Amino acid sequence: MLDNIYQVMRVTERIPEGKCGATLVLDGELPCQAGQFVMVWLPGVEERPFTLVNDTPVTLTVAAIGPLTRALAGLEVGARVWLRGPYGHGFPPPGRRLLVLGGGSGIASLALLARRALAEGAEVRTYIGARTTDLLMLPWYPHWSTLTLTTDDGSQGIHGNVLQAAAEQFAWADGIYACGPEPMLAALARSRRSDWPPCWINLERVMRCGIGVCGSCHCGSHLVCADGPVFNLEQVTAELLAPPH
Amino acid sequence: MSPSLAVDLAGLRLANPLVLASGIWGCAAETLVRAARAGAGAVTSKSCSVAPRTGHPNPTVLPWAGGLINAVGLANPGAAEERLILQEAHKSLIPLGVSLIASIFGSTPDDYAEAAELVAGAQPEILEVNISCPNVASEFGLPFALEPDAAAAVTRAVRAAYAGRVFIKLSPNAVNIVEVAAAAAEAGADGFTAVNTLGPGMLIDITARRPILSNRVGGVSGAALRPIALRCIHDVTRAIGLPVIGTGGVDSGEAAIQMIMAGASAVGVGSALLGEGDAVFSRLQREMLTIMQHEGIASLEEIRGCAHAG
Ligand SMILES: Cc1cc2nc3c(=O)[nH]c(=O)nc-3n(C[C@H](O)[C@H](O)[C@H](O)COP(=O)(O)OP(=O)(O)OC[C@H]3O[C@@H](n4cnc5c(N)ncnc54)[C@H](O)[C@@H]3O)c2cc1C
Ligand SMILES: Cc1cc2nc3c(=O)[nH]c(=O)nc-3n(C[C@H](O)[C@H](O)[C@H](O)COP(=O)(O)O)c2cc1C
Ligand code: FES
Repeated sequence: MLDNIYQVMRVTERIPEGKCGATLVLDGELPCQAGQFVMVWLPGVEERPFTLVNDTPVTLTVAAIGPLTRALAGLEVGARVWLRGPYGHGFPPPGRRLLVLGGGSGIASLALLARRALAEGAEVRTYIGARTTDLLMLPWYPHWSTLTLTTDDGSQGIHGNVLQAAAEQFAWADGIYACGPEPMLAALARSRRSDWPPCWINLERVMRCGIGVCGSCHCGSHLVCADGPVFNLEQVTAELLAPPH
Repeated sequence: MSPSLAVDLAGLRLANPLVLASGIWGCAAETLVRAARAGAGAVTSKSCSVAPRTGHPNPTVLPWAGGLINAVGLANPGAAEERLILQEAHKSLIPLGVSLIASIFGSTPDDYAEAAELVAGAQPEILEVNISCPNVASEFGLPFALEPDAAAAVTRAVRAAYAGRVFIKLSPNAVNIVEVAAAAAEAGADGFTAVNTLGPGMLIDITARRPILSNRVGGVSGAALRPIALRCIHDVTRAIGLPVIGTGGVDSGEAAIQMIMAGASAVGVGSALLGEGDAVFSRLQREMLTIMQHEGIASLEEIRGCAHAG
């Protein structure tokens, strides 16, 4: 019996993202649901979770914030990357009118959902926010007809946060999809109204196993790696609104 | 009459023998309680030490063909913080009738005693003393569980510091596990959890041409460990009249029954949560009941240690 823990893939294309990141296109496939993730290992560096921005070919978008992400963002074409997965539960099949809300680099987790929905003829309205234009990461997307950028300091796009900018769209959508910093998701949970369509969010936690064993990724009683990383907003509202420990 | 899964563990009544093993899920009160709601008869928290620890860098936990290998490196928030987690868990566990087992570890007998005092405030039903983690040897040296005198020294220190039930967690790596258990029993242990992970072992990625775990080596658990665990539990319970939580590779009702036949009073479940999550507890209960009905077993007490004969 083979262990087959990792699949090894090579970088075929590297696209810089903003000042601090990169999208890596790899030479393999890992069929997945939008929202699922892989554990990515660079021997001698680290292993961490990353959303599959595309599965055919496998594509990762990384924000360089630490040792592994800096090493990944600096990889040259031809370099090797080790992956295990895909893991977790992705988004349920979307409807026809998707409101996509991404904060910071969180938008990476929503790219595949949006792209597949567009390909099936759905309408997607996307709002991407960042603190300043420097931090804005635009992952590898197809052409967007309705992409709105916001920055907290007004240096690019609309001045303000994503939730304010998208306020008018909540009634239009038949599904809301959000990923971003926890304060943004908490704000979404606080402003949630009963006449909104279903809200799905993608949570991030520090992970070790990625497969529901160690417990380090817990959010309340939920394990983000195995029960998520996609949750219905209602499932995790109490945890999002709880004061931090 | 339908068979009963209830067992006695050192004077505690468990509705069923299944125990969530230490280090699986148990970093938080909420996940411990969730395992209890899903059907565990008792739950064990992640081992904690006096000082907080960040543990080893990733990769730390990997699935392989025979189960899991891990070198988490005993990451924990420290025993004082852990006490709050245990207290919160206990509040919800008491009405469920599910026992709480608090796991501690340390680097010296005094260190263990201090950790025991720190978590005592949470009043766990059992204090489990982890003297057998195989993946921190580079830092702490060989585990206390490998040597009778060392195991006795830790047991004595904890015994003096803690009034409640003390279970010593044994290692399958001990040259003579019965001698280690006997020394701990003599020093005041009330029972044992047997066994911790085996090894350490190593996995190598052939394309990276190096060990996968950042710690290079880690403890082996899951199916690969089961036959060894069964032998350890058999030997310890046959020689020593103290209760044992039989742990190692239990992933079916059949394996759980084997543990009881080997002499275990309760059955730890860890790696089997992989893939299935907490649904494993209700499945194992169903499978045990089916076997008991089929084999005409009314209670687990009836078969406990039956494999000692002959
Ligand atoms: C399901 C999931 C999907 C993810 N997808 C992506 C993705 O597509 N692209 C991407 O760039 N990043 C993604 N992340 C986050 C990514 O795993 C972290 O950026 C990465 O761990 C950083 O590793 P590092 O070694 O570079 O930095 P580290 O030194 O590990 O981290 C730098 C800082 O970030 C914090 N941090 C580390 N991991 C996390 C985490 N998981 N959640 C919150 N804070 C963290 C650390 O505490 C530290 O302060 C995802 C995380 C999860 C859980
Ligand atoms: C990821 C992981 C972490 C563990 N952490 C601990 C721990 O902190 N303390 C401890 O006593 N045992 C720990 N163990 C060992 C288990 O409690 C158990 O003894 C062992 O895994 C064998 O049981 P299993 O085959 O059912 O997993 C850990 C095991 C795994 C897989
Ligand atoms: S990362 Fe281990 S349980 Fe989620």
